[in-house]
Amino acid sequence: MRASRSFFLPEAQMLIRHSPDIAPSEITPRSLYLRRREFLAGFGASLAFAGAAQATPLAATRSPFSTSEPKTPRTDVLAYNNFYEFGGRKSDPADNAHTLTTKPWKVRIDGLVAKPADFLLEDLIEPHALEERVYRMRCVEGWSMVIPWIGVQLSEILKRAEPLGSAKYVAFETLVRPEEMPGQKGLLQLLPWPYVEGLRLDEALHPLTILAVGLYGETLPNQNGAPLRLVVPWKYGFKGIKSIVRISLVETQPKTSWNIQNPREYGFYSNVNPNVDHPRWSQATERRIGEGGLFAKRRPTLMYNGYADQVASLYGGMDLERYF
Amino acid sequence: MRAALRIPKLAVYVAGLVPAAWTFYLGLQDQLGPEPIKTLEQELGLWSLRFLLLCLLISPLRRVAGVDLFRYRRALGLLAFYYAALHLSAYVALDHGFDWPAIGRDILKRPYVTIGMAAFVILVPLAATSNNAAIRRLGATAWARLHKLVYVAAILAAAHFLLIVKSWPAEPLLYAAATAALLAVRAFPSVLRHARRAAESVIPGRPQA
Repeated sequence: MRASRSFFLPEAQMLIRHSPDIAPSEITPRSLYLRRREFLAGFGASLAFAGAAQATPLAATRSPFSTSEPKTPRTDVLAYNNFYEFGGRKSDPADNAHTLTTKPWKVRIDGLVAKPADFLLEDLIEPHALEERVYRMRCVEGWSMVIPWIGVQLSEILKRAEPLGSAKYVAFETLVRPEEMPGQKGLLQLLPWPYVEGLRLDEALHPLTILAVGLYGETLPNQNGAPLRLVVPWKYGFKGIKSIVRISLVETQPKTSWNIQNPREYGFYSNVNPNVDHPRWSQATERRIGEGGLFAKRRPTLMYNGYADQVASLYGGMDLERYF
Repeated sequence: MRAALRIPKLAVYVAGLVPAAWTFYLGLQDQLGPEPIKTLEQELGLWSLRFLLLCLLISPLRRVAGVDLFRYRRALGLLAFYYAALHLSAYVALDHGFDWPAIGRDILKRPYVTIGMAAFVILVPLAATSNNAAIRRLGATAWARLHKLVYVAAILAAAHFLLIVKSWPAEPLLYAAATAALLAVRAFPSVLRHARRAAESVIPGRPQA
């Protein structure tokens, strides 16, 4: 296990190389950056008035971590989701997720931290700068999107809870509320609930890892994991746990839902890797959603989903076939 | 009843190909959702499986319910084959853009592709002999024996569907159950006899098949 303490030190951040596709124009102008507190106040206000399914505009500063690739149309990002709490078909979340109440929303941060606490969502997010991160998203099923998330670096939130030296992993948990989540009741339930996910602490503290509260300039639509979801752009999409209610710092590798469902097919790491196939299908190529209709070409899948420069060092010396 | 079912066979072929034409048209109109190629590909495969199961339903339907649709069985079988061929074409041309090395690897390495391919290969001789001349040439007994392979194709097709999904969603399970049921009534004829007796006791006076 690699030491994760160094991530708290500012020097460590300087070792992280930025992606080469950042135009100078994409870096947040200083004037905007200095006004970030205004946006934060805006987030609190918008959350305070947000109803169950209403999207509220969110202001965010641009991030140098964003890709300049064309974004997947918003309609596709909202219509094509895997969120099994609302059903097994891609259209089910968009059809069913309006029933979810996201206000008030509580998140518990506990486990191996000096300051465990229950937060209201607005108290959890408001102290931090909201950033827009345009990330590639690669689903384990072989399709991908480019999504303009709005969120906060997970590291900033974890630091507030003050992880203890014994903390090695971060475990996440989704809401269980069958009366509002039709996929959590009935005969044929596709996964055991609650949906759980996990990251190694150094992965969780990596600057690319964010907790998203919005996309396309607005608060998260319910089908995309409102009001708070994880985004880890170099891992398969299912690692991005949705509608989070609990974040625990733990010492041993936490259980993760798809790994419980089928340990042979879905590993704990689930880093995007074109060279390690899913046992039943190839991961070498992918189809970009919203690109070219019936005659679109597949595109090659990139190592760590194109974030190798930033994250490959996390896995130095590891056998990626074994730790898939 | 009989009179109502005198639909021309040609109409069955034409109606049977409507889903393919309609789905392809929707695809050209960009109406197949965020993953149009996958949707088209899966829709064609699903219709192949549906026609295959309908084909297998004809004989039990006559024995249990006395409904005789035998004259449409060849059309249903050939439609199953046409859709399998379209499904395979969509896979080769649209999904993989004729990337033969990738397709070859898929067929060799991916059990669900191997199984799907095997189902198609089995359907080829069945389709090729689905005409009166072939029955005369082979003789009825040999022809009937050859066409028992349709059971194998159905099992493979249902398995092919189950193997591509994550977790255990309802739809492929229902198709697998339907396949199993249609094969079970053949493997255990006593099931059929019970079913017929039950049907007779519920509907008195129904003519014997």
